[in-house]
This record gives sequence, C-alpha cells and structure tokens, in this order.
Amino acid sequence: MTRFLARRLLQLGPVLLGVSVIVFLVLHLSPGDPAEVMLGANANREDLERLRHQMGLDQPLHVQYLTWIGHVARGDLGRSLWMKRPVLGEVLERFKATLLLTGSALFLSTVGGIALGIVSATHANSLLDRLSAVASLFGASMPVFWLGLVLMVIFALWLGWLPASGMYAPYGGGGLRDLLAHLALPAVTLAAASVTIIARLTRATMLETLGQDYVRTARAKGLGDRVVVWRHALKNALIPIVTVVGVQTGYLLGGAVLTETVFAWPGVGTLVVQGILARDVPLVQGGVLVIAVSFVLVNLAVDTLYAWLDPRIKFQ
Amino acid sequence: MLYHLDRYRLAAVALLVVALAVLAAIMAPGLPLPDPDAVNTANRLKPPGTPGHPLGTDEFGRDLLSRLLWGARVSLLAGVGTAAAAMLLGVSLGLLAGFYGGWAEVLIMRFTDILMAFPFILLAIAIVAGLGPGLRNAMIAIAIVGFPIYARLVRGVVLSVREREFVEAARALGSPDRRILGRHVLPHLLSPVVVAFSLDVGAKILTTAGLSFLGLGTQPPTADWGSMLATGRQFVILSPHVVLLPGLAIFVTVLALNLVGDAVRDLLDPRMRAA
Repeated sequence: MTRFLARRLLQLGPVLLGVSVIVFLVLHLSPGDPAEVMLGANANREDLERLRHQMGLDQPLHVQYLTWIGHVARGDLGRSLWMKRPVLGEVLERFKATLLLTGSALFLSTVGGIALGIVSATHANSLLDRLSAVASLFGASMPVFWLGLVLMVIFALWLGWLPASGMYAPYGGGGLRDLLAHLALPAVTLAAASVTIIARLTRATMLETLGQDYVRTARAKGLGDRVVVWRHALKNALIPIVTVVGVQTGYLLGGAVLTETVFAWPGVGTLVVQGILARDVPLVQGGVLVIAVSFVLVNLAVDTLYAWLDPRIKFQ
Repeated sequence: MLYHLDRYRLAAVALLVVALAVLAAIMAPGLPLPDPDAVNTANRLKPPGTPGHPLGTDEFGRDLLSRLLWGARVSLLAGVGTAAAAMLLGVSLGLLAGFYGGWAEVLIMRFTDILMAFPFILLAIAIVAGLGPGLRNAMIAIAIVGFPIYARLVRGVVLSVREREFVEAARALGSPDRRILGRHVLPHLLSPVVVAFSLDVGAKILTTAGLSFLGLGTQPPTADWGSMLATGRQFVILSPHVVLLPGLAIFVTVLALNLVGDAVRDLLDPRMRAA
C-alpha cells in the first residue's frame, strides 16, 4: 500500500505541473491587458509601460510563468485587480462555500444513488426501477441551471418553503438551520443528474454481482437477503461505483459554477465568473487553479480507495 | 409512460422531434414571425396565449416564439459545430498517436491527460476567460475541452487494429501509410466514432447553453436558448414562462438527441446496448 501510494504521489507532480501550465497559458492568451484594466482606458502610455514593467508583463512568457509558479508555491496567488485584495484569501473563503455545496451534493447523490440502484437491482423491472430508468434519461438531458430555476420557482416562490438564494438570510440569519435551509435547493439541484447516473451504474453492477456463484452459495447457506445484498454483493460491486463517484465529483465541482450562479451561492464558481466579466486575470487564475488542484486530489483519493477496496489493484 | 413504448418507436419519435427542431431552425427566417430582436416595451412580459404572441413576450416585449426558433439556429448549430470540431481534432490526434506511437503518442496522450485533469466546464470557462466572452470563443473552448474523449477512443481502436494481420499484409504489399490509414484503419473507427458523436451533440448543446447562461457565450441581443434563460431569470417571479420555455426547448431537444444517440449505439454496436 505504501509503495502504491508513493508511486501515485510521484505521478501527482507532473499532473499538477501540467495543470498549472495550462491555467497560466490559457489566461495569458487573453487579448486584454491587465495593466489597462487596473489603470482604466484613459491611462497614458508612460503609466501603462511603468505598470507593465512593475507587474512583469514585459518579460518573456516563460519567465512570467516561472515567477508566477514560484509565488504560487509560496502560497501567493497575486492580488485581485478588481477587489484589490490578495487572491488566496478571497478564493479560500469562497472555496469553503463551494466545498460545502459540492460535498452535500456528493453525499446526496452517493447515498441516494446507491440506495436507489440497490432497490432497482433487487426489484428489477418494478415500477420504481422503470421510474429510475426514465429519471436517468431526464437527468442526462436537463440543463442543471434550468432545473435550479424550476425548483426555485416551485419551492421558494410558489410554496415559500425554502429561501430562493444566498447562503444566509440577510437579517437574523447565520445559524445552522438557516444554512441548511439555504443549502437544500442548490444541493438537490447539483446532485440531481449524479444521483441517476450512480443509481443506474449501481443497478447494473449489482445485477451482475447478484448473479455470481458465491452469492448463490451465500443464499444456499441460508443467509438472509439483507446480509447477502449488503455484506456479500455490495462490497464487490463497489469498485465501479467508486469510479463513477470519483468522476461525478469532478462533474459536481464544475457544475457547481452554474448552480452557484442560479442560487447566488457565494462560492468559487461565482467568483470566477465575476472575475472574468471584470477581466481580473489573477482572480480567475487563482480560482480555476484551486478547483483544478482539488479535482486532481479527489482523483488521487479515489485511486487510493480502489487499492483499499481491491487489494489486487496495487500489484498491477 | 415512456418506458412502455417500444425502444425503436421511442427513437423514431425522438428522431421526429430532432427533425422538427432542425426544420424550425432552418425555416425561421422564412416563417411569418415578428423580428426576434424587435423591442416593444409597451408589450413586455405578456403571458403565453396573448394575441399575436402565442408564447408571450420577454422583458423587452420581444416575441418569445420567434426568439425560440431563431435561438434554435444558434443552439443547434453550436451543439453540432462544437461536437464536430471536437471529433475532427480528437480523431486526427488519436490516429496520429495510435498509428505512429513514439513521441507523438507520448505528447498527445499526456496533453489529453492534463486536459482531463480539469472538470470540463471549468476548463471551458477558463479558456473563454482567456479568449474573451462570445459565442465563437465559447465554441472554440468547448471543442478544445471535448476532443480528449475522441482522441482516447480512437487511439484505443487504432492500437488494436494496427497489430492485426490485414494491416501487416497491407504493409508487406508495400501500401503507404496513407493508404493503410484510409483503407484499413478508418473503417474500424467509423462505428465507435459515430456512436460517440451522436451521444455528444446533446451534451455540447447543454455546455454551450451553460456558458451562455453565465454570460460567457452568446451576447445580447442575439437569441440563444442559454442566454434567453440568463436574461429571463431576473423576471422569474413575475413571468416564469420567460425562463420555463427556453429551458424546456433545451431539455426536449437534448432528450430527443440522447434517445436518437442511444438508438444509433444499439444499431451500430450491439455489445454496448444499454441495460
């Protein structure tokens, strides 16, 4: 296990390096000039030149990258041009909100998806199974931002059960209850598509596992249905499920951008979009880098989980 | 209930829906519709069923039916265009990597690995941030983010075909690489690539609409389903139809495209048949 982990950690270096190069390059393609953004359109040439020199924008691209990555390695993501504050603090503050939203959606979709998948497999072709098949088709075709708006109209505007947007009520909010009430709609919206994908995959792998000889042996020994399904079949069906949950985490981290925008959830996604519209390169760079790095780390965690679930994997 | 319909009958209905959407998009300029961008503030946010505006009007009094049909042109073209661009790029790079191997393969595959290390919509957003908001840039971004899937798929197929006897025989007969690729390798790619493409168009429509919704794709006043949702959402309390209609258009179209994609997969690749 230690060797497996060491090897995976070694592979992490080049991937993170590649991610940082892409984030840097992509944002330096931009036709806009950050110095112009800072000084405004009416700045004179000399001031612009001076600021470009101060910011290192007159240096060759590779020198700019090395300077930037050097700062990043020391935890300095630069200063936001628009907010005039260090990017790291701003992004980390917002990242907590994104993590809370993504984590809740991941929890809902994993627990809901596995439970729905198991019931669909043990009651194949039942009404619930068919409904779940139709739901998965709908889930893959529905724009997440539209689902969010529809849920908002129904549960916040018509029924008035839940708040429509934000993370806390502007007046008298702040408690856990308030937070959960605000979290409910965005988390359900974000989880909706993933629930159906995880459910269909769980159903397929459970059906396959339930047909195996050892499951028949377990039943022949007189074990109860619950023990056979949960203890014998589920553990062996878990590996493909863990894979898809890993993939879905990436989808959730990305999809959070849209959900955050619909519900004005103060996460990194809304920050990045605001940064783009304000042409604030350091802010966008910082936000994208933090989400991308966390996605890489999630994938590492998923791989480690495989090796733990299936000891054969680390020998490959 | 959808599920009780015969699979192929369902696919036929879906195909009809797609055909209608395409037809409506093509015919939009010739139909007796009001100008989709004509502002009439006296007539704003009229509900569906208003005389002269069967689907009502938006926040600027523009006719929603007209905007939906004109928007279909942008949304469908963007979906098909980005999927096609991603496919062409991915197939070319996958062929290069799989057939020639060596440095080309290492470079291409590591590059796709790194692109796939990003949540795809986030990378698309970052690319648009670099290029600047707008439909064309959003489409470029989505095509770049979308090609690695095709590259991986094609490389896998090419790797397995490359070692087969008929390729060896062609090589022994002195066929040049171009002929081997065209005559012996490409036909094997056709069915997996067509399947991947047919399932991809819907996903690309969703992504383009997503970027437009964030204000990074189509810019006002051009009608596109995603941007209609984005501007309409401020009026969701007063007039939910402004938001419900474009969303429904995206949903129904993508659902139909996915059903057609499933049917194409069942036809071309029976082993992959959905459970």
